[in-house]
Amino acid sequence: MEGSSYQIDLGNLMAYDPNHHFQSIPSSRGELVNHCLEKGTEMVQAIANSLFSLPSTESRDGPVVKLPLPTTKLPREKHLPKPKPPTKWEEFAKMKGIKKRKKNKRVWDEQTSSWKRTHGYDRANDDRDIPILDAKSTDEVGVDPFAKRSAEKKERVKKQEKNRLENLKKAAKAGALPSHIQLAATALPITGTKKDVPKKASKDELESVAGMAATSTASGGKFDKKLPGEKPPKHSGKHRKFLPVVEGKGIGSKEKQQTEKILNQLLSKSSHEILDVNKAVTMFNVKKEKQRKKDKDANPGKSGKLKPNKKSFKKTSTKKKP
Amino acid sequence: MQIRVPKTKRAKRELDKRAPKLVENVKKTLILHGTKTSAVLNSVLTELYHLKRDNAVKFSKKNENIKPFESGGETSLEFFSHKTDCSLFAFGSHSKKRPNNLVLGRTYDHHIYDLVEVGVENFKSIESFEYDKKLAPKIGSKPLFAFIGEEFESVDELKHLKEVLLDFFRGEVVESLNLTGVDRVFVCTALSSKTILLMHCALRLKKSGTSIPRMELVEVGPSMDLVVRRHRLPSESLLKEAMKTPDHAKKIKNVTSDVIKGKTGRIYIPDQKVGDMPLSNNIKGLKRERREAKQNKESKKRKTESE
Repeated sequence: MEGSSYQIDLGNLMAYDPNHHFQSIPSSRGELVNHCLEKGTEMVQAIANSLFSLPSTESRDGPVVKLPLPTTKLPREKHLPKPKPPTKWEEFAKMKGIKKRKKNKRVWDEQTSSWKRTHGYDRANDDRDIPILDAKSTDEVGVDPFAKRSAEKKERVKKQEKNRLENLKKAAKAGALPSHIQLAATALPITGTKKDVPKKASKDELESVAGMAATSTASGGKFDKKLPGEKPPKHSGKHRKFLPVVEGKGIGSKEKQQTEKILNQLLSKSSHEILDVNKAVTMFNVKKEKQRKKDKDANPGKSGKLKPNKKSFKKTSTKKKP
Repeated sequence: MQIRVPKTKRAKRELDKRAPKLVENVKKTLILHGTKTSAVLNSVLTELYHLKRDNAVKFSKKNENIKPFESGGETSLEFFSHKTDCSLFAFGSHSKKRPNNLVLGRTYDHHIYDLVEVGVENFKSIESFEYDKKLAPKIGSKPLFAFIGEEFESVDELKHLKEVLLDFFRGEVVESLNLTGVDRVFVCTALSSKTILLMHCALRLKKSGTSIPRMELVEVGPSMDLVVRRHRLPSESLLKEAMKTPDHAKKIKNVTSDVIKGKTGRIYIPDQKVGDMPLSNNIKGLKRERREAKQNKESKKRKTESE
């Protein structure tokens, strides 16, 4: 910035003349324009003087100068980025003095005796690739150790997700949420039930909407002009299957199938599926006979009336009649 | 709560571009118009778009619910600013009360920061100027500015307008500049306390005796008279927040690092004033009762003093 009569801001390539004012605006437009151009030329020359006298380096496009910082302060367009609050792990690591260790991209895999990548497809020391697990004394008898391992892993993943969510919530509270992450509420609203939450239409639903709406036309949407890329509606037309009128002699096989199906459904409703009544009754009678025989042999003198009543604790499926 | 992450890396890159940063991107401009526009205003908006081609977005639809100076009419503007990531906007409208109205505004964090409403008069479009086509300034070159007139300092509105015009046409803030790329200048002359004449000229560098070339201005671009009608300055708190610069790293005192000792600092202990120190009352020579009596007297004295 030189000590000329103009205020020069080289960072913005700006010059300002604070000492000029029109005593009388020139009458014609042309004169005014010329006057402005003259003054403008002077000021631009002043800027150029200071600009070209800056130390310049030669590059292939021409001389390059290093501009100073602009002096006129202009407002920012977005707020200053806020520092992220430390995550739960970072706080713990700081307290314990744990430092990050660099991990290698390839690790030695014991099983295949080869170098495999640490994370991702076909990784080394994957939980799922273990063929044999040695039984430990702490293992229970009926527990599947492989299932147990995968369940534990799922638990760990869930816990990690929960912790990640907590860390992000903490960051969002401090105003430092990473720019590519959004936290969306999926909880139910305070009033109302699950039904009141408007369900977002899925892609398949949207694709079939036009077809469904078209069925309300007089011709059932058959002759409607289709837009490019619109697929034909699914489940068009038939919703009931009718048996052929004639199918050989007597009852055809299809009709037989149909009636059988209906009959089975009817009968199964009134039957006790779990219990075969006849068989149960015979079993009970046989048992009773055997018991009677045994008691007669054991206690020949006792009368039958003092015998305890054996009640069967078997639950029979009884459907309550409406 | 659910975490929503962008599914593609490209989307993530785009979101990161729009994130708040220490050193910001170029400010983008949004150019749109209201329900009614005049022919003049249409050409003003298109030429403004051409001047700022690389970082401007031009909407062609009519927006009837945008009224920047009214409290409810800014929501659409803020929404568009957020979606297109534009922090500057130029909104044109034409009515009988305010003919050829142009509202130049800035946003901070996608909320309206300040506004200047100007009326456009005596507009001359780019096509009406005849000049040597070789001189035409290239898109994206950094312009020079020349503000003429004491009114730019004394009058509030013009001071504001100067700042807004500088922000609008400044382009990218660069550290190093190629001197051959300097080819345009905006000349703004204050004609009265309310009007300015804005001209856009190309620069012709002529050989002079010294290493500094001689400048010659050739009018190329649109030229118009801007009459300031209304303006709204930002509130104090908003201004303060927007003008915040990132903290320069504080100089840590009294820390030196030595190769042998490691990180060292000095502890300064003030001198002990041996003469002024009070003698303790725990005199071992005295018998116990007398010693304790003295101690109690002192503590009682201190108690009454504190009361």
